[in-house]
Amino acid sequence: MTLALDRPLTAAVERRRIRLAWIARHSIAIALAVMFVTPVVYLVLLSLMTSDQALTSDYWPNTWHPENYLKVFEATPLPHYLLNTVLYAGTATALTLLSSVPAAYALAKLKFRGRNALFLVVICVMMLPPQVVTVPLYLMWARYGLTGSLAPLIIPALFGDAFCIFLLRQFLLTIPSEYLDAARVDGCGEWRTLLRVVLPMARPGIAAAGLFQFFYCWNDYYGPLLYTSENESSWTLSLGLASFRTVHHVDWNLVTAATVLAMAPLIIIFFFAQRAFVQGITLTGFKG
Amino acid sequence: MDAVRLRRGLVTFSFLAPALLGIGIFFLYPLLSAIYFSFTKFDLLSVPQWVGLDNYRHMADDPFLLQAVRNTLWMVVVFVPVRILGAIGLAMLLVRFKRGAGVFRTIYYLPALVPPVAATIAFVYLLKPGTGPVNHLLEMIGVDGPLWFNSPAWAKPSLVLLGLWAIGDLMIIFLAAVLGVPESLYEAASLDGANAWHRFRSITLPSIRPVILFAAVTGVIYTLQYFDQAAVAGSIASGQATVGAGISQSFGYPEGSTFTYPLWLYTIGFRYSALGYANALAIALFVVALAVTVILLRRAKAFSGEES
Repeated sequence: MTLALDRPLTAAVERRRIRLAWIARHSIAIALAVMFVTPVVYLVLLSLMTSDQALTSDYWPNTWHPENYLKVFEATPLPHYLLNTVLYAGTATALTLLSSVPAAYALAKLKFRGRNALFLVVICVMMLPPQVVTVPLYLMWARYGLTGSLAPLIIPALFGDAFCIFLLRQFLLTIPSEYLDAARVDGCGEWRTLLRVVLPMARPGIAAAGLFQFFYCWNDYYGPLLYTSENESSWTLSLGLASFRTVHHVDWNLVTAATVLAMAPLIIIFFFAQRAFVQGITLTGFKG
Repeated sequence: MDAVRLRRGLVTFSFLAPALLGIGIFFLYPLLSAIYFSFTKFDLLSVPQWVGLDNYRHMADDPFLLQAVRNTLWMVVVFVPVRILGAIGLAMLLVRFKRGAGVFRTIYYLPALVPPVAATIAFVYLLKPGTGPVNHLLEMIGVDGPLWFNSPAWAKPSLVLLGLWAIGDLMIIFLAAVLGVPESLYEAASLDGANAWHRFRSITLPSIRPVILFAAVTGVIYTLQYFDQAAVAGSIASGQATVGAGISQSFGYPEGSTFTYPLWLYTIGFRYSALGYANALAIALFVVALAVTVILLRRAKAFSGEES
């Protein structure tokens, strides 16, 4: 008798417990989402204020000034910075992929002596803080008169990037070797196998590695600061943005407008390439 | 037979040639010359002069270095665990979502995309002592906000806050790991009467241990080379140059509290042109980074050995 009464009661309690957990979970998630989004929303609002209002603690523009975004273009050679950034990020990414894919393929799918040792070296390179090799590399580029230009940032991409090789290798490992063996039996050489069989299958991995590299270059501050800071015509967005604040130290509305402009392209790219990117990150985590 | 083998070797080499060259030019050569330079007195203009261990001895009585090491250690000890805990927390929250996970995941991830320079500028503004909105909000609930980037005590915590905002990439790594834990393990545990915390402790945590290790290793390496945000925060908060010759003057603002090891290395090398000493600092950084990696990986092996 008591048993029969008990059961519906606990079921009801259980349902209520699940509902409360659902509400708690969603409240926390939404509160966190607000916290993550607020800085960006706030920056956008600020970029639309007058410079006087931007110095107050108001959140909402009294009057809207979308022309601030035009003023940024007048106040700085922004298109020029943008061009340099696209040049750096674009060519470096393309070259990195071109040089890293074959290396990753060899490390993942070809058997040769010293393969594991070489992979260990790649990991070591990946772990090397850039500051360690900064001085000798700077001297090397200075010897060839290339400091002050984007060349020291782009040329190394010709020779592969450790992180990119690592990421691509992890991805290529997931491609079953049977496909490659089939191609080889059909008389494909290794290069043909890579181009015809592996590349089409590895497209998501390559896209992820490319995006990583592109975003890394786009956001890079240390490299451009080191090599191009003496020559403003080679500045990238990172440098331009960092110096913008110094020149316009009271015009926070313009500073934030420039900031929004610098982050907008990345966010747009992310929306279009979200899946590839998340897949890329996931891979690094899984197999790391 | 030998011709075939030779051919195969050549093909393999053709795949690896650019990368091998790259490792030689951009890793081995600079590393070896950095080691050589670290034993010299060298200022770009004159020929390097062999001084033996002088540069390394000099480290012991360099007060700025001590400060830089202390700040970097603070960041390693606080920032790395906080970031890992935060990312695991977010992942554990998101893994329970059946619908809407994509939206939340995207929102939490987006800040990780914002260029560090832009994010730092934004945070210096948000946390401005006088008129910044964060302190304004704190005031509304009756809390006296700190001076954030303008206070020696709060500048590093402000950087941690900035880092937490951009936690998304680590969160996705943990999310993938947590999603990879077989559902059957949880079901079995539930039948045994394990509550959520028990399930987390005895199933989730051991399963994601390799990922925690990965996050710890990369986190320490990342923190040892922490440069952009510290450099930009110092210069923006102090209102000084952020590019060019003057930049290192604002490093560490306020009162050296954001002065990290890489900032000191940059200052020594590119402001004072003491390249020999800068290279000694670089080699020390390399040794520490390598040691941390080896120790963490060793410990991981010990852990897994214990389990099996």
